[in-house]
Amino acid sequence: MNFNQTDDRRMISDSLRRYLADQYPVEHRIKIAYDAPFHDAKKWGELAELGILGALVSEDQGGFGGEGFDIAIVFEEFGRTLCPEPMLGNLMGLRLYAAFGQSDKVDAIIAGTARTALAVFEAEAFTDTSEIATSATQSGENWTLSGRKSLVYGGHAADTLLVAARTPAGKIGLFEIEAKAADIHSYAMIDGGGAAEVGLDNVSAKCLSGDAGETIEAALDAGRLALCAEAVGAMDVLKEMTKDYLMQRQQFGRPIATFQALQHRLVDLSIEIEQARSITIHAAGAVDTPGRALAVAKAKNLIGRAGKLVAEEAVQMHGGIGMTWEYAGSHYAKRLTMIDAQLGDKEDQLRRVMELMSA
Amino acid sequence: MDLNFTPEEDAFRAEVRSFLKDNLSEELATKVRNGEELGKADIESWHATLQSRNWLAATWPVEYGGPGWNAVQRHIFDEECCLANAPRIVPFGLGMLGPVLIKFGTEKQKADILPRILDGSDWWCQGYSEPGAGSDLASLKTRAIREGDDYIINGQKTWTTLGQYADKIFCLVRTSTEGKRQEGISFVLVDIKTPGIEVRPIKLIEGGYEVNEVFFSDVRVPVSNLVGVENEGWTIAKFLLTHERTGIAGVGASTQALHELKALARKLKRRGKPLIEDPLFAARIAEAEIDLEALRMTNLRVLVDASGGAASNTIASMLKIKGTVIRQNLDDLARRALGPAAAPFPMEALAGNLAVAPPEAAASAASYFNNRKLSIFGGSNEIQRNIIAKDIFGA
Repeated sequence: MNFNQTDDRRMISDSLRRYLADQYPVEHRIKIAYDAPFHDAKKWGELAELGILGALVSEDQGGFGGEGFDIAIVFEEFGRTLCPEPMLGNLMGLRLYAAFGQSDKVDAIIAGTARTALAVFEAEAFTDTSEIATSATQSGENWTLSGRKSLVYGGHAADTLLVAARTPAGKIGLFEIEAKAADIHSYAMIDGGGAAEVGLDNVSAKCLSGDAGETIEAALDAGRLALCAEAVGAMDVLKEMTKDYLMQRQQFGRPIATFQALQHRLVDLSIEIEQARSITIHAAGAVDTPGRALAVAKAKNLIGRAGKLVAEEAVQMHGGIGMTWEYAGSHYAKRLTMIDAQLGDKEDQLRRVMELMSA
Repeated sequence: MDLNFTPEEDAFRAEVRSFLKDNLSEELATKVRNGEELGKADIESWHATLQSRNWLAATWPVEYGGPGWNAVQRHIFDEECCLANAPRIVPFGLGMLGPVLIKFGTEKQKADILPRILDGSDWWCQGYSEPGAGSDLASLKTRAIREGDDYIINGQKTWTTLGQYADKIFCLVRTSTEGKRQEGISFVLVDIKTPGIEVRPIKLIEGGYEVNEVFFSDVRVPVSNLVGVENEGWTIAKFLLTHERTGIAGVGASTQALHELKALARKLKRRGKPLIEDPLFAARIAEAEIDLEALRMTNLRVLVDASGGAASNTIASMLKIKGTVIRQNLDDLARRALGPAAAPFPMEALAGNLAVAPPEAAASAASYFNNRKLSIFGGSNEIQRNIIAKDIFGA
């Protein structure tokens, strides 16, 4: 057993940390994350050059990483700076392209010359693929898609979309469309970064698989792991900010960090953050094993609980200043709160754990 | 990152498991599983069984008769013992005094005392807390005054676990009232049969006898029973607080408690269905399992880092807090699984062969009440938070 990162991974995470600290200082991040295009489009090529995208898929699929720990180190650094680049959608899309042998697309995404996003969710299919209503229709060799996809993370900045749709056989298929062929409505999220709602009206599509439910679920789990790691990075930073604030803020003639009531609350956050880090490591180690779904569901549940606690406690301990838009901590708190809701919240994950537990 | 145990560690686990299979009697394991109170003979015979394999003093170096295990091996051993429902090793001689003597004792003390701990000749207990000195241990008042080659000890110790079985007690006593409170404390070994000592049992919340008060009146102890330097006993107390706290998370015991809880929830029927199919109850179990999964990984991170060395105070305190809270939650769930059937006193439920609760769950309420101690003893969870806060805020 060994909990040290390999030298290769440490190099990537060090260089990514330096790059993001330099390019996404928090004032800049706040400025770009809430107004179109909700990220800094010219940085994508630089991120690709750092090898961040290549790290997300395995060597035999054209990348040079692809393990859970590779995903985790990238997203942990994203979490530390609240980087609003559409990495989540590209992670899931990249892994699906790779799973279905689309090596040209994989190469283009790794090189930073193409971007993609995964369109799965709908108004009545929020967390998994079972209730998907968007339909795929075949005529000869040609497929067309009709329906409406919601919460397409990165859909505002994608060249292609991978769409989960129901086939005439009743299965969940995976289809590729050109983003410009769809009716894309982009919006900013309350915690920063963009997403899109995608209208599909007989949009011409390429079928990557007529039965992709399991593979999509695996890609979503990779996304869930990424969100866990992102949350760990954000929690570490927000805890440090809170500590600094407590030590600096004077009331009753002394730093409020000297009050035991506040000390113990920060201690409790620290403990939950260590637990969050541990369960994320556990999930990262299980992503390519039969235990994947259970390990990821456990992690995302605990992250949901810990993230909310850290967010709410940090705002409370900051007092009024934690409520302001200007203060960076409030944006971390928002991100930590909303991460829970992405790709299935703590209750959804708990339900999965219960199902897998009794199975 | 590699989350797998090495082949050697897997082989070690198999070796421990097979030893337990061959040497832990069904009868003793059932008693442990049912939460029955173990007698002195039960514990002594289990200690002797482990010692026959040289596995009793898990933390001692080989030269003193220990197995020389690293932290990961100790973890595996503990986990397997818990899963097999082996009795817990009583820690006072083996886990506490032994390491203290190895670090601070004279050659004569080591030679005289350590073998008697290993072979069970001496049962040791701990004299730390006093009625007025709990979390604020340094305020202890039990006084030892030098008179020739003896100390004369007067005062009172309390919460002395299993003192009713003990032959000897190691005590923190006040040898000086000058200077800082911490600087007047000494670590002294006392034969509990010395005239002037009285041990009185304290009945605990669930009705069991596990702890005692120990009264000292003009108890004469040779100065040669001092461990380390006079007035520097606080150093030893602090050493013990940080020594081998990697087992403090109780991952093995909680893992076993979770197994038992799930087995119980599969067995009990509520409204015609197994309790585990009740979504409200199943959700609570699932959440407890998730917390324990995270704790297992936190514990392993610490163990692997500490393989060889000791865990930092902060992380050990985190493990203590989280580990005890998780264990208490599991005990709470087991008690609630039974609902009103948890009410009969365990021994009466077992003796009466009551239909209302399976024997392995008869002690659920008693265990729940008894284990409220976990967040109080060994430095209360609030004291642990103070330790962590000191590290975070550097004050």
